[in-house]
Amino acid sequence: MMPALITHAEFSKEFYLFLCPILFTIGAIGLMIRKNMIVMLMCIELMLNSVNLLLVSFGNFFGQGDAHIFVFFIVVVAAAEATVGLSIILMAFRNLRSIDVDMFKKLNN
Amino acid sequence: MTYELISYILGGLTIGSALMVILSRHPIRSVMYLVITFFFISGHMVLMNAQFLAIVNVIVYAGAIMVLFLFVLMLLNLNKESEPKMSIASQVAAIISGGIFLLVLLAALSESILPPMPQQMSKSIADIQNEGLVQNLGQLLFSKYIVPFEVSSILFLAAMVGSVLLAKREKQNTEEL
Repeated sequence: MMPALITHAEFSKEFYLFLCPILFTIGAIGLMIRKNMIVMLMCIELMLNSVNLLLVSFGNFFGQGDAHIFVFFIVVVAAAEATVGLSIILMAFRNLRSIDVDMFKKLNN
Repeated sequence: MTYELISYILGGLTIGSALMVILSRHPIRSVMYLVITFFFISGHMVLMNAQFLAIVNVIVYAGAIMVLFLFVLMLLNLNKESEPKMSIASQVAAIISGGIFLLVLLAALSESILPPMPQQMSKSIADIQNEGLVQNLGQLLFSKYIVPFEVSSILFLAAMVGSVLLAKREKQNTEEL
């Protein structure tokens, strides 16, 4: 038998309502202050994960399993996105010899 | 009280390691701090009865995606000199705009009123505790959400083909290199 306290999401709902926006903002700021493409992709993963955490906390609060399924699909899409993004970065590095995101200015002309 | 304390400590550690992800200069260190952040987030999920998702998070994110990032970083063989730098002015501007975004978000959320806990109505405590276990989620996934599940397998196939096609060396490039 697990302790009874863990069933009550009451303590955590406001806390996670504040924690997840903070994590999301850290990811957004990282997206703006870094120019390394790989680190930018990692910041996107961080933002996705903060949203996952908020979804899980709400799913726990409402006692529905549907939120868990949603988080599962977000993880699936994030995995697909990371593979495609990394292969795009690899291709860009092979052609431009840099992972500075400003190198994509060359696409302009 | 204990759970409250644990979640506060975990929250502080999560924010600290997430800050280290964006502040550390070396990309490999960023990857390692991101792995630590994902472990902390999994800890939060365990606290909230989402055991299956915590394990999936560790396996998929910390295990697969981060290893992929590490592989790419090692393949590119970057060093400190090749790390692109950003001017101080634009960094300050980014931090200010992010801070304003956070302020708006928190101000909006702090005014929000959550409804009282609806979960005790029809479910017993044991049901709520077993909510995040793989048995319940599997039944839900393979009955109500079977169509999105199958579509996601097509998405994976497309992503696999796409990444192989993108990462494949083109003909003229092999002659140049």
